[in-house]
Amino acid sequence: MTDTTLGSTGSGHDWSSPASRRRVKRRYAADRRLQFYGIAAIGTAMALLGVLFVSLIQAGYAAFTTTKVELSIFLDPAAISQEKPGEANYRRIVRDAFKAYFPDVTGRSDERSLYKIMSSGSDYIVRDYVVGNPGKIGENVKILVPVSDPFDQLYKRIIPRRIDALSSDRIALFDALKQQGVLSVEDGAGVAKVSVFIDPAKVPSEGGVAAADYDAMIKDGLRSYFRNEYSRSYEEIISATAAEKLQSVVAADPSVVGKIVEVKLPLAANYDNLLQTGQATIRNPRFGSDVEFAWFDSLEKRGLIATPFTWELFFNADSRFPELAGLAGALSGSLLALLICFVLSFPIGIATAVYLEEFAPKNRTTDLIEVNINNLAAVPSVVFGLLGLALFLNTFGMPRSAPLVGGMVLALMTLPTIIVATRAALKAVPPSIREAALGVGASRHQVALHHVLPLAMPGILTGTIIGLAQALGETAPLLLIGMNAFIPSVENIGLTEPAMALPTQIFSWADSPERGFVSRTSAAILVLLGFLVMMNLLAVYLRRKLERKW
Amino acid sequence: MQQLDAGSVQVLTSLKSSTAQTIGEPKIVARDVSVYYGEKQALFDVDVNVPRNSVMAFIGPSGCGKSTFLRCINRMNDTIPIARVEGKIAIDGQDIDDPELDVVELRARVGMVFQKPNPFPKSIYENVAYGPRIHGLARNKADLDRIVETSLQRAGLLKEVKDRLQEPGTGLSGGQQQRLCIARAIATSPDIILMDEPCSALDPIATARVEELIDELRQTLTIIIVTHSMQQAARVSQRTAFFHLGVLVEEDETSTIFTNPSDQRTQDYITGRFG
Ligand SMILES: Nc1ncnc2c1ncn2[C@@H]1O[C@H](COP(=O)(O)OP(=O)(O)O)[C@@H](O)[C@H]1O
Ligand SMILES: [Mg+2]
Repeated sequence: MTDTTLGSTGSGHDWSSPASRRRVKRRYAADRRLQFYGIAAIGTAMALLGVLFVSLIQAGYAAFTTTKVELSIFLDPAAISQEKPGEANYRRIVRDAFKAYFPDVTGRSDERSLYKIMSSGSDYIVRDYVVGNPGKIGENVKILVPVSDPFDQLYKRIIPRRIDALSSDRIALFDALKQQGVLSVEDGAGVAKVSVFIDPAKVPSEGGVAAADYDAMIKDGLRSYFRNEYSRSYEEIISATAAEKLQSVVAADPSVVGKIVEVKLPLAANYDNLLQTGQATIRNPRFGSDVEFAWFDSLEKRGLIATPFTWELFFNADSRFPELAGLAGALSGSLLALLICFVLSFPIGIATAVYLEEFAPKNRTTDLIEVNINNLAAVPSVVFGLLGLALFLNTFGMPRSAPLVGGMVLALMTLPTIIVATRAALKAVPPSIREAALGVGASRHQVALHHVLPLAMPGILTGTIIGLAQALGETAPLLLIGMNAFIPSVENIGLTEPAMALPTQIFSWADSPERGFVSRTSAAILVLLGFLVMMNLLAVYLRRKLERKW
Repeated sequence: MQQLDAGSVQVLTSLKSSTAQTIGEPKIVARDVSVYYGEKQALFDVDVNVPRNSVMAFIGPSGCGKSTFLRCINRMNDTIPIARVEGKIAIDGQDIDDPELDVVELRARVGMVFQKPNPFPKSIYENVAYGPRIHGLARNKADLDRIVETSLQRAGLLKEVKDRLQEPGTGLSGGQQQRLCIARAIATSPDIILMDEPCSALDPIATARVEELIDELRQTLTIIIVTHSMQQAARVSQRTAFFHLGVLVEEDETSTIFTNPSDQRTQDYITGRFG
């Protein structure tokens, strides 16, 4: 190397040596690798989030519309009194109106299955309508009432009319038999040509061939086709009428007793279907009979079925019937609890943080308090629930299930979050502002109130809203103090009334067996997420706005 | 060095401020001022007299305790939990540690301007009006407006900001911000202003404006300015004090300090041998 090249320096390090080059290359490679890890991590997180949202929306979107049938009702003044419009026999009125669409349906059992198409809550919907519009008595009105859950699900294509009758292992057994060339179709009926030993031991001396146990003989005969099969489920392939068939064969020729005969035995209905059509389905057991489909189809054909947006999801209280269940109770409960939580935790949290940060002497006691507050933020929420249960309910005797107590428990949880956020925000205020204020003769509380706190407010609000958002999604402590009461009406909403909250509502719906609650649960989760997103946007908005105001 | 014996300090501190304001009597008298930050002593027995209606410059290498001493005069050191101040400081003969003297009032009477311009993140108007308002210096809105206007006028800023008093003070240029801070300090009508390196964050033109301003304010105020620039000390001050390692080495007429210092350390410092 000569002195003129860049590679040589006075200090003697050769920057252009292969070793140096390699080091530089390795450094770039490491940079790229690190960047790749970061992108991969973010990508994975986004993908998982996407999956979550897609599955929630897929499961939940159905709950945002309700399948309804339009009833044409004559509000007969003879049946509904003007003075007490709420006390008529609406069950009768609604059923008559529905029945009018199907003049051919007669007989009690047919009528009963017909009414199953409508939701059981239809009576109340019509009653509420009349109570709300008493002027309509004597007129013909058209009212949409929801259909019952199975038909709602059917119309939204969530459940099918027919389902597979046979499980895959049954079909495998059937295929095994088919491969042995045993099965055929004769005279439009599927049969299995099976060799059966007419066991003399199974023919009783008393009664003879007429009383023989042919069923057992058939089963023994089938056994030889399934030597390796331990379950006996292959026996159901043959129809129950096969024994009669065999009996008739033996009765026609009693000499076969003690010999092996080859008989064609009828297949059971599902397997017969499978053999002849390649599939075996049965009616979805959630529907009573096939004629119900016909009735529903005819309603649809007449344009009486509609799927409006489910405002009920927001304005109805909870219900045992998924098509009627709504979030009004849960939303109001959560709102009240959050209100209490805010009213308690915001001022207390700020006062604590300001005292600790601006006024408290730095000593052991304040250190201890500080450590405890930080630890409190990490305490599992269920523990706060237990505390609320023991303290507020058992010791102070406050009402169970009430938003007041729920809010107090949530406030315990939110307090450390707010205190920590507020202290961080106070710490972030530049010391030069404090000095400036002190320099013009502001007292310590004036410095804190006039200068530091306003500057810290965006951070405090952000922390508070995030704390409240956490509280909104909190389930365990609310379950412990019983804030999962079944609230079928929104009339008794109050701080000390039993209430439900959004997350506990989700919890309770997720636990319900009805199919319709699956989509309600997802919809409720979407509503909860919607509120959380809104709160976070509010936090961002407030931060921006207050910051611009300096 | 001018020295007062212990007896005359007694006399000075016992005099009430109204009777002590005779010409020639020092505005600020400090005796045996020592400051400790925890265990560490940062200032050693500082004695100094600051004459009224003049500018005194504090010079010395970094960390020698200039700011520490400055902060003693308006008791800003009280806000540092580990700081402990010993000795006596009297303003117009009144002991600043006198329990009858409210520290908040003291800070209104002894304005302070900091190294980095630190206007409140509020409007220009609010910046100046804040001090008078919390001390109840204005009887009504018009009064307050007048105080704000005169303060800005005296700080030489009024012309530049007259039309945008409601705009944020933080939106001004660095030099304007520093003059706003001076306006804020003089709004509470103090008779002393402490300036801790007020020009170190400013460009030469802004510095020149502030220096001009200091010269004007001297007519009515007593000013102490900490500076790293010997030229600045020479330009704006009548007297200069040289600090070194927490000790006030020498205090004299500015011209004497720069031309004929009596201490070798001062000589070394002004000739650039250390610092
Ligand atoms: N808040 C403080 N806590 C502890 N030590 C301090 C503090 N402020 C200043 N000091 C120390 O006191 C000494 C003097 O500092 P200072 O007065 O700021 O010097 P100057 O302003 O002359 O540069 C320095 O050694 C510094 O480390
Ligand atoms: Mg300093």
